[in-house]
Amino acid sequence: MSVAARPQLSHLRALESEAIHVMREVAAEFERPVLLFSGGKDSIVLLRLAEKAFRPAPFPFPLMHVDTGHNFPEVIEYRDRRVTELGERLIVASVQESIDNGRAVEETGPRASRNRLQTVTLLDAIAEHGFDAAFGGARRDEERARAKERIMSFRDDFGQWDPKNQRPELWNLYNGRINKGEHVRVFPLSNWTELDVWEYIDQEQLEVPLIYFAHERKVFKRDGMLYAWREGTELIEGEETFEATVRYRTVGDMSCTGGVQSTAATLEEVVLEIAATRITERGETRADDRVSEAAMEDRKKAGYF
Amino acid sequence: MTLDLLRFTTAGSVDDGKSTLIGRLLYDSKQVFEDQLEHVAQASERRGGEGALDLALLTDGLRAEREQGITIDVAYRYFATAKRRFIIADCPGHRQYTRNMVTGASTADVSVVLIDARRGVLEQSKRHAFISALLGIPEMVVAINKMDLVDYSQERYEELVAEFAGFAEKLKGVKSISYIPMSALNGDNVVERSQLMSWYEGPVLLDLLEQVEVAYDHPNDRPARFPVQWVIRPATGTAGEDYRGYSGQLASGALRRGEEIMVLPGGERTRIAAIDTYDGELEEAMAPMSLTLRLEDDLDISRGELICHPEEAPMVARELEADICWMTDELLRPRSRYLIKQTSRSATAVVDAIEDLVDVHTLERVAAPQELGLNDIGRVHLRTSTPLVFDPYTSNRRTGSFILIDEASNRTVGAGMIAAAA
Repeated sequence: MSVAARPQLSHLRALESEAIHVMREVAAEFERPVLLFSGGKDSIVLLRLAEKAFRPAPFPFPLMHVDTGHNFPEVIEYRDRRVTELGERLIVASVQESIDNGRAVEETGPRASRNRLQTVTLLDAIAEHGFDAAFGGARRDEERARAKERIMSFRDDFGQWDPKNQRPELWNLYNGRINKGEHVRVFPLSNWTELDVWEYIDQEQLEVPLIYFAHERKVFKRDGMLYAWREGTELIEGEETFEATVRYRTVGDMSCTGGVQSTAATLEEVVLEIAATRITERGETRADDRVSEAAMEDRKKAGYF
Repeated sequence: MTLDLLRFTTAGSVDDGKSTLIGRLLYDSKQVFEDQLEHVAQASERRGGEGALDLALLTDGLRAEREQGITIDVAYRYFATAKRRFIIADCPGHRQYTRNMVTGASTADVSVVLIDARRGVLEQSKRHAFISALLGIPEMVVAINKMDLVDYSQERYEELVAEFAGFAEKLKGVKSISYIPMSALNGDNVVERSQLMSWYEGPVLLDLLEQVEVAYDHPNDRPARFPVQWVIRPATGTAGEDYRGYSGQLASGALRRGEEIMVLPGGERTRIAAIDTYDGELEEAMAPMSLTLRLEDDLDISRGELICHPEEAPMVARELEADICWMTDELLRPRSRYLIKQTSRSATAVVDAIEDLVDVHTLERVAAPQELGLNDIGRVHLRTSTPLVFDPYTSNRRTGSFILIDEASNRTVGAGMIAAAA
């Protein structure tokens, strides 16, 4: 029986190198890439990977945020500050504008969310700017339908994902050939787990929005999750707001992202908590996945991230 | 904690219990999350499952799969033990999805081939073992599963080992083969040692996966291969207007500052002035690091060229012999023209001739057919529009591999492994 050889690279360094390779391939083979940046932890890691891939030159692509208008204010503030620091260009695609233009219809009722509407805004922005490749921070461990996703994932001219029609992805050779009007989604973090992301943030000492750490917030409980209360939140009868110490494991739109009760207030504590956790990140905190067993798959077929 | 990374693939016939095995691996090593278990429990009940948890449902993600109860696409699962971080590529067993099996296998260090102890060594398992070997996966683990259905019989196990070993003699490219009797359904010898097969003294699957040597390059084992992927050339900035860096991922071997290198296919020589990374300069870099090279001389190198040591150069040629795994419905015929992508280099390629076809039953190469069809594997003679810089696949999985792309449909139609210059 062989003894495991001493690794030349830690698993984080190996994953990092693979991600950098993916980003450089896209920069080389596509004419108009864009990096989708939300201010969430996965896209924060993507930014650092872009620095590692392209510095000392500027990024060969802009950043874009699909803003539902219901984002955590802390995250928007962080986004703007980080982009300025990096000296890179940010495009904000606004869901509110899509609604105002009649391109998207706002949901109503207490469970309304702009989550699904992001798809319309995203596809319109891609078409408007002529982007042919979009980097996203999605990982395969997040959810069952993402487990099947390629690193470079083909979307047709309606932005649709057809699981039966994804291209074989062999070795580290990516086939990025597309026709006009089509685009690819690229996921450099495909092989990273939630824990890898946090360990990397720790290793690189990356700043993240403070809502990832334990803080006091006015919340209400719904469907077993703790939602942030904000101006205009419609409560269902029987629901009450209360103060709790919570943190966010994932940062989506406020209307569909639940916080978890936690006292993890530092990076080390967060890493320990994730390592010990028994519930997947999305299962614990994302209402958008709960709608049906195949919720993510259905949204991807319609052009979601 | 510093862990290393092991990628392994699972393969086998659709009823061999492959998905159950992965579910068991994750479940017993406590890697399955509670909400995933809940999903699975609910789905098991809805399907009229028997009360026992259908662990295969942990890995069947797509709606169509869940409806049919089989695995269609490659699913990637992630877990870690105290010793190692793992990536599992769970590959489909159907002939129709061989291309997905090849996908999962192309980056794997270990192949886990399942045999159903009751049904024996089937054609599909042989095909997958052959593909694993062809794709250069150095380690193979033959999991003889469903031992519970043959009363945990040692005799039956040894019969199957002998049969598979006879078949495997013809497999080239596999460094070592191990055999484990198990029952994924009941948990015997996957993570926990079986109480019902005391005659088996070898390791359980997880132990073996933790201990097998990972295919990181030992720096002096393989020649340095650095395909230039991207040129960094800031117009302005603190690095100065002169900065020109050649970025890429070391495909194999190691490079040191100051060393003499050669650029192919042109053959120009110079020295490494610096090895840059975002985190600072390095004295030495080894595969699979991504890095940026600065060179002493002002050569104009572009993407697609390859940097190596002059005394250990790869081959440069426009005519090649290669094995192709064909992955599309449209047939491959002589004089067909495709795009070829190999390392960071693209060209057009014409298949001059199809030289043989592999018979998956006998593993013999049979007389040249007129064409290759979906799932066929055969040797072809290729001619490219510009020279490729390569090694035989058996020496280097990165520089010896390529894909063929159909210019009209943009689909990836073939997976290629270079045998030699023609």
